[in-house]
Amino acid sequence: MKRFMAFVKKEFLHIFRDYRTLIILFGLPAVQILVFGYAVRTDISNAGIAVLDLSHDEITTDITNKLESSGFFRIVYSLHSNNEIDAAFKEGIIKEVVIFPEDFGSDLTREGSASVSIIADGSEPNSANLVSSYTTAILSEYSAGLTKNISATMPVIRSEVRMYFNPNLKSQFMFVPGVITLILILVCALMTSVTIAREKEFGTMEVLLVSPLRPWQIILGKVAPYFFLSVINVITILLMAWFVFELPIQGSLALLMAECMLYILLSLSIGILISASVSNMQAAMFISMLGMMLPSLLLSGFIFPIENMPKIYDYVSAVLPPRWFINIIRGIMVKGAGFEIIWKETLILFAMTIFFLVLGSKKFKVRLSQEEK
Amino acid sequence: MTEQKVIEVKDLVKKFGSFVANDHLTFDVYKGEIFGFLGANGAGKTTAIRIFCGLSRLTSGKVTVAGIDAARSPEEIKKRIGYMSQRFSLYEDLTVSENIELYGGIYGMRMKEIITRTEQLLERLDFTQYRDMLIRSLPLGLRQKLAFAVAVFHDPEIVFLDEPTSGVDPITRRQFWEMIYETASHGITVFVTTHYMDEAEYCDRVTIMNEGKIVALDTPAALRQTFGTSSVEELFVKITRPKTETE
Amino acid sequence: MRKLMFLLKKELRQIRRDPLLSRAIIMVPIIQMLILIPAVNLEVKKIDLAIADSDHSPASRELLARLTGSSFFNVSSTADNYDDAEQILLKGSADMVLFIPEDFSEGLSGAGIPRLQVLSDAVNATSAQLGWAYFNAVVRDYNREIIINKGIAPASIPGINISTRYWYNETLNYKFYMLPGVLVILITAIGLLMAGLNLVKEKEMGTIEQINVTPVKKWQLIASKVIPFFIIGLLDLALGLIIGWILFGIPFEGSLLLFFACAAIFLIAVLGLALFFSSMASTQQQFLFIAFFFVMIFVLMSGIFTPAESMPRWAQDFNYVNPVAYLMRINRMVMLKGSGFHDIARDMGALAVLAFSFISFAIWTYRKRA
Repeated sequence: MKRFMAFVKKEFLHIFRDYRTLIILFGLPAVQILVFGYAVRTDISNAGIAVLDLSHDEITTDITNKLESSGFFRIVYSLHSNNEIDAAFKEGIIKEVVIFPEDFGSDLTREGSASVSIIADGSEPNSANLVSSYTTAILSEYSAGLTKNISATMPVIRSEVRMYFNPNLKSQFMFVPGVITLILILVCALMTSVTIAREKEFGTMEVLLVSPLRPWQIILGKVAPYFFLSVINVITILLMAWFVFELPIQGSLALLMAECMLYILLSLSIGILISASVSNMQAAMFISMLGMMLPSLLLSGFIFPIENMPKIYDYVSAVLPPRWFINIIRGIMVKGAGFEIIWKETLILFAMTIFFLVLGSKKFKVRLSQEEK
Repeated sequence: MTEQKVIEVKDLVKKFGSFVANDHLTFDVYKGEIFGFLGANGAGKTTAIRIFCGLSRLTSGKVTVAGIDAARSPEEIKKRIGYMSQRFSLYEDLTVSENIELYGGIYGMRMKEIITRTEQLLERLDFTQYRDMLIRSLPLGLRQKLAFAVAVFHDPEIVFLDEPTSGVDPITRRQFWEMIYETASHGITVFVTTHYMDEAEYCDRVTIMNEGKIVALDTPAALRQTFGTSSVEELFVKITRPKTETE
Repeated sequence: MRKLMFLLKKELRQIRRDPLLSRAIIMVPIIQMLILIPAVNLEVKKIDLAIADSDHSPASRELLARLTGSSFFNVSSTADNYDDAEQILLKGSADMVLFIPEDFSEGLSGAGIPRLQVLSDAVNATSAQLGWAYFNAVVRDYNREIIINKGIAPASIPGINISTRYWYNETLNYKFYMLPGVLVILITAIGLLMAGLNLVKEKEMGTIEQINVTPVKKWQLIASKVIPFFIIGLLDLALGLIIGWILFGIPFEGSLLLFFACAAIFLIAVLGLALFFSSMASTQQQFLFIAFFFVMIFVLMSGIFTPAESMPRWAQDFNYVNPVAYLMRINRMVMLKGSGFHDIARDMGALAVLAFSFISFAIWTYRKRA
């Protein structure tokens, strides 16, 4: 036991002396949280638009003012003819052009119906969608406001909405769970695989093997510091989310931590498996990065919804642990889901953990016996 | 060996902060000599060599290598010397001929010249069969010999060898030293450091450093006589004994 | 100059012989194009709507029909009561739940106010807001028709007909949008990550010492390590472009020359960063971390997934020194809209200034350290 503790201590020192990596390790989630929390916006605000007003009446002016005061838009240009539209878009400052035809106001008030054309810059589809949708909503609200004589014979439907889980409509809710997922995979899988591969590459693994330490103790010792680091990382991220964004944890904290530990264990086993399969650090890094990190970042539903991808990606992401973990985390943190909601995903993670552990240790034994020869 | 000096060192001092690594070294090296540079670990050998190669700047004193003032134009020195280190010399993922071509080119040789001399080199060493083999597939002994040949490929005035025969079997070491003799006989000065004391006997002159100072400088025979030992090894141990033992 | 040629020969030979690197050069563009582009889709998809209809009247059925028929919604399930609805949202089986109360049709006939209640999963706030906007649009249209059918003059309930068209990407094909972005990631991966790893590998293996002792000048050494990846970067960019064109039919409206010129400037900036980071790291692992850290920040803030103009002031200020942001804009404008030199001159100029500063600074620090 003493030998084991000495070994673990060495591993800790190893890591804590590499202060550059450590800074990044803790800095990464902090920065990600800041960026996702403050900088990255899926919504639009102050989007530049242009208005081509061929009518110039009270109503078009009114509508234009409403657009500008909504906070979503910023009227950059008042265009005078259709010919100017292409050039205006090419400059890259405006995202849409709102076109009011002649006699817009009088058509609307006298006949009750008038047309508006919206041309949006499709080179940014999401912005185009948002911009045109919000413009449509504002126009729609405006015309509803012109409705006269609401009475029993003219019913107007009243709709109400309750925004669940995120009443203040913060965009951070979506991302923070993803950040946790990403960081854990990074620390656990990537770093574990590299650290074991490094020993093999530098030949110090042989030294360890001839020591009285059993193989499972070696692995455990190597892995323990990262487990510790990960837990600290998770707590740090949660604290940051709480203090910086007032992101609460709706569900049970205990359940959250338990699921995190499961996921950490899973990622560690993957790391061990990778390291048992390669013979040098460079390969470990490549595989971890390309095989684990990037897919986790892009295909797990962290940023891009899986529903949007071709069907086959659904199957691919099903074997990625992050995909399930994100659901769990989002469920607990944001929706306050209890175990009965997320038991399915938990079971899947559990099965994966067992699988990777068994596979990893088998591979490791094979490798070790090869080295001993 | 002629009387022409290729390295002149006068009161060379190198300090790192307050630590004196080289303490007023003074000696000369003559053209065509095989000059042995011995000393315990930490004695200041590597520091001095780095200054002679133009890799590091001296704190005070005067060092002239191949006629160039090391303090003023260290870059010029690099053009006239060769260097072979025990740690690394040749690129493992390049072939024999590719390595030769690279170093020839770096030292300013023209392609035609490189090609001709490569042929000669390979023949002389009996390496023609290895021409297109990657360095990493060659055994250590061959690598070291090749590394040395590459170090003198461009006909430098002086070649610095940093523990060139470490880890190599005795037969190869023998062959290596034959290469050194031949090189010296062509007028190239060989400046070699080594831990193998028997190799010290092969040198024309030997200097021993201890704690930043030169404590011995002469031919091996003269040194043995002066210190009353039967081998350079014995005298090495004698004069570099740690202080505590003499008290 | 000739020394540089010999060094370049050596670098190219080494790259060719490195199994990982040489394969990566071909595979990275292919994989990114094949796998990334179909995946990176931030489209707001159809909203899953669950209905709880307590009214069961022709009016409510008409409303349902309209919702079902709209292109925004996917009417997926039914809920019986409130608790049911909350469970649905918790589980994630639907994004929105609509309650039609039992007095809805009565309200439409004049006895009371017709109400509708919506519960929305707002974890993705933007989606939720869009869903609500779509919903209101359908309801208002429906409302309007009811009133007009009752014989009330349309003028009392004016409606604006809105026609929306999308230029430069009529079908709002997300792939068109992402290709320029993915290409930028491609060059960044090669110019920053691969080049930097190569630089650090040399440092790690200790072979730099050997070069230090030769008459090779620092700038020649740096150039020999950086130039191969400059060329590779541009070649891979072309490869990616060709694959994108063949596989996805992505158009290229603007000038190829302009495109590559900007990419070249960008590469210089990015290679400067690679140089700088590699001088800070002593192992490949450290470098990977440092580089990954910064690349992620640059890429996320560049507006690749989300509009850069929507970011707060300080974030947009940061983008002044973010080369990725510039190239992202330039790429999209040139590729999709056919913007010309005048349109991107400012961006291009700023990028050039960045490139020059980065690489000068990097060379300066590299000299001092190595």
